[in-house]
Formats: sequence, C-alpha cells, structure tokens
Amino acid sequence: MTFTIPIENGNGVKDAEADSQRTLYPYVTGTSVVAIKYKDGILMASDMGGSYGSTLRYKNIERVKAIGKHSLLGASGEISDFQEILRYLDELILNDNMWADGNSLGPKEVHNYLTRVMYNRRNKFNPLWNTLVLGGVKNGEKYLGMVSMIGVSFEDNHVATGFGNHLARPILRDEWHEDLSFEDGVKLLEKCMRVLLYRDRSAINKLQISKMTEEGLTVYEPYSLKTFWEFSAFTNPTVGAEGSW
Amino acid sequence: MFRNQYDTDVTTWSPTGRLFQVEYAMEAVKQGSAAIGLRSRSHVVLACVNKAQSELSSHQKKIFKVDDHIGVAIAGLTADGRVLSRYMRSESINHFFTYESPLPVGRLVVHLADKAQVCTQRSWKRPYGVGLLVGGLDESGAHLYYNCPSGNYFEYQAFAIGSRSQAAKTYLERRFESFGESSREDLIKDAILAVRETLQGETLKSSLCTVSILGVDEPFHFLDQEEIQKVIDTFEKVAEEEDEAEGEAEAAPAAAQAEQAGDQDVAPMEI
Repeated sequence: MTFTIPIENGNGVKDAEADSQRTLYPYVTGTSVVAIKYKDGILMASDMGGSYGSTLRYKNIERVKAIGKHSLLGASGEISDFQEILRYLDELILNDNMWADGNSLGPKEVHNYLTRVMYNRRNKFNPLWNTLVLGGVKNGEKYLGMVSMIGVSFEDNHVATGFGNHLARPILRDEWHEDLSFEDGVKLLEKCMRVLLYRDRSAINKLQISKMTEEGLTVYEPYSLKTFWEFSAFTNPTVGAEGSW
Repeated sequence: MFRNQYDTDVTTWSPTGRLFQVEYAMEAVKQGSAAIGLRSRSHVVLACVNKAQSELSSHQKKIFKVDDHIGVAIAGLTADGRVLSRYMRSESINHFFTYESPLPVGRLVVHLADKAQVCTQRSWKRPYGVGLLVGGLDESGAHLYYNCPSGNYFEYQAFAIGSRSQAAKTYLERRFESFGESSREDLIKDAILAVRETLQGETLKSSLCTVSILGVDEPFHFLDQEEIQKVIDTFEKVAEEEDEAEGEAEAAPAAAQAEQAGDQDVAPMEI
C-alpha cells in the first residue's frame, strides 16, 4: 500500500489560519555568539545588538544568560524565541531545584534537553528560530556545545553561530589550544569579535563577555573594541575593480 | 490481622486511622521469598532466594536490571513486580533520551512511590502487592531504597524483605556499620551469608540464590553460578564435607517434608 502526501504548499493541505501559528521568518534577531573552552571553564562573547531586518534597532540586548548553577546559554536568531527558551529552561531548573536531593542538571543535560526541544519543534514545522550555544562546568568537567534551529547538535572546544562560523572559527582552529589562560582567552575572543565587527553588518561595537567556572558565573560589563579604519584598502576600496565606483 | 468491617476497599478508613487494604498488600510482600540488598559507598548488591513452584519448573525471576546503574529486587506478587520494573525501565530510558545522563536513583524511587500512592487513593484500583528493593547510583554515590505498597519509600544501608527475612535482617543489623567501607568482595560475601540465614538449615548452594551487583565503575550485572559457588566455598567447605559424610539419605526425606509444610500457605502467584 502506498500513501501519497499532498505537497501543494509544502506542508500538506493546511488552511491559512494554521499557517499563521508557525514561525515562518524571524523579526528581531541577534547576530553571532562565539564561545571557547579555556583553562578554568568557558568564555562566551556576543554583542548586544538586536536587528529589526536591516535596522540596528536594539542596542542593549543580553544574548548570554546563566542557566542554573553550572551553565551559560548564548543565542543568535530570533530574540523572542530566545526569551521563550529561557522560560522553558527556567521551569526546568526550578523543578530540578525543587528535588533538593543533591543532584542537579549540568550543562550536558541542559544541552540535550534543548536539542530535544529544538528538534521536536522542527518536526512540527514550527521552529524556534535560534542557534544556541550551551557551555558550562560541572565537577571540574568543561562542556561546550551548540544546537541549531533544525536540531543539529554537537560539542566542541570552540563554537560559534551565524557569521561566527565563517569568520571566527577559522581563527579559533588556528589559534585555540588547551588550557588557555583567562587573558589569552579574552584576547582570542576579542580578535574574533573584531573581525565580526568589521565584516558582519548586523554587528555593533558593544560586546559582553561572560565567564563560567566551577566557582560560578561572571558577566563582565559591556565594552567596545578599538577599531582601525585607516587601512589603505578602505581609503580607495574600488581600485582594481573594473566597472565599480 | 483479622477481618473487619473497614477492610473491603482501599478508600475506607478505619476509625483508628488505618487503611486495611494497604496493610494487607504489605502482608503479600511478607509472603514472597526473601530478597536482600546491601550497599557500600560505591557498590550495591541485591540477592534473592530462588524459589520454584515445583521441581519440574524453573525459578521465578526476582531481580531485574532497570539500567546500567539501577537494579531492583522484588518480593510479593511477581506480576506486579514485573509491571513496575517495566515502568522503571521506561522512566530511566526516557530520562536518558532527553538528558543523555543516567536518571538519579533517588528520583526514580520517588516516581515509583507516587505511582504506588495513587493506588491507595482510587476506589477502582488496588495497591501493588510487591515490595521493591531498588539499588542504584546517583551523583552522591550508591544508594539502596525500599519501596512498599503503601507508597512510602525508605533509604537503607542494608535491608531484607519477604519470608524469613527477619533472620537476614538480624544478621545485617550486626554487620551493617561496616558496609559503608566494605570492599566489593566483602559486600558480596555478606549478601550471600544473609541469604543463607533465610534458608534456615538448608544447605546453601549457588543454584538456590541469585546475586547481582552494580557499582560506580561497574554496570549492573548478575554473578554467574561459578562466582557465587566460589564465595560459598570459602565458608561452607568444612560444613559441606561433614554433611556429605553423615549421609544424604537422612537429609532428603526430611527436606521434602519441610518443603510441603512450608509451601502450603503460599499462594501460587506469590513467589
């Protein structure tokens, strides 16, 4: 027996009302998040911008938040979906704390929970439009992973979302090594964020770095990177490009 | 316990504040054959007596693996025990699927206890007639719990349930303070010795008991007959030799009589 699936408008025959219940495109978005493992734990950096299409509308959005005692969650993509995820995780952590039995959800558990959530939403054609970075330290073990909006999930020593994958990760692949000191880790992240600031049009020059170690979370004050725009290539950008102006 | 006018259903309180149906369910646990559990800081051993309906049949399975890090031994209505074991396996595997992390045993026993409590508060249900000794690991090490039909659960260093468990409990009470620091081998030896106490005179053979172990670096598994026999040999060798010399002829009819008398009161569904 064979079944034919009607594929008129891509998701079977559904009426317009049902369509308006699913996420079709994002509205207010955050750009890259970059995170690395270092000697004492995890360092995560993101800028504080929320774009409304091509307008840099919001300039004070915290895109990295603490989850429980052991984890950090950074998100790029739709900000309202990120806030929804924070609500899910808040409930998860609350229930975990209510047990009060000495067991607690670590970064690995939170990462897998999020993978399940993202993948299930993707299967219902109603994704949470985010790429999430989940990092943390528990019992001395460092953990860093990523989940995309379609439920692709993996762990690594350094991760990035969006443009960060193309611009930051090559730098990290060359220059990351085990047991980076805190200063070296921050310098490395700043190098990545600077490239993103130059080349990603949705990036703003206001970044926030967060650190997670066995002792706990530290969120540093937002600051801006020094940039240099006097490169000779910038003064006459189209020289050599025939037909350009 | 005697019949009274408040014991017909589980949703009737007695004037003295008792739910007799729940207490009767706990009686069913006492009728099953013994199950013993003990734990050290890093290991849990579950052991039980192998009872068979008759010489022709195989013995009932009383210890179940719930996950690599959790095992359960039951006493009472084995059918109820099987159903609850399946529930525990389900909870454990679902937790692992969502969190990629083993379900802490302390949380599993609470789920189990809440499930049992439901049956004490519905007129169309009956309490589960099985006691469960749940051994497992969580972040703080090895734990042993006892779940009873009433919906209560308790944590133990060592415990025994089922018929003639009092003998085992007496043995365990004498020794339990040392269990925390026991080595794996000593723990197994103590478990088998506790099983021997419940046999009360019958010669201890590896075919009569089932022993399982789990630990911080050791997934749940059963010990095979040879391993058990080796441990038995370390303390039974001398006694066995004496018995054999005296004559098996005397021992056989006496054992047969004892079995008939003992099993008359045990319902066929309880092992």
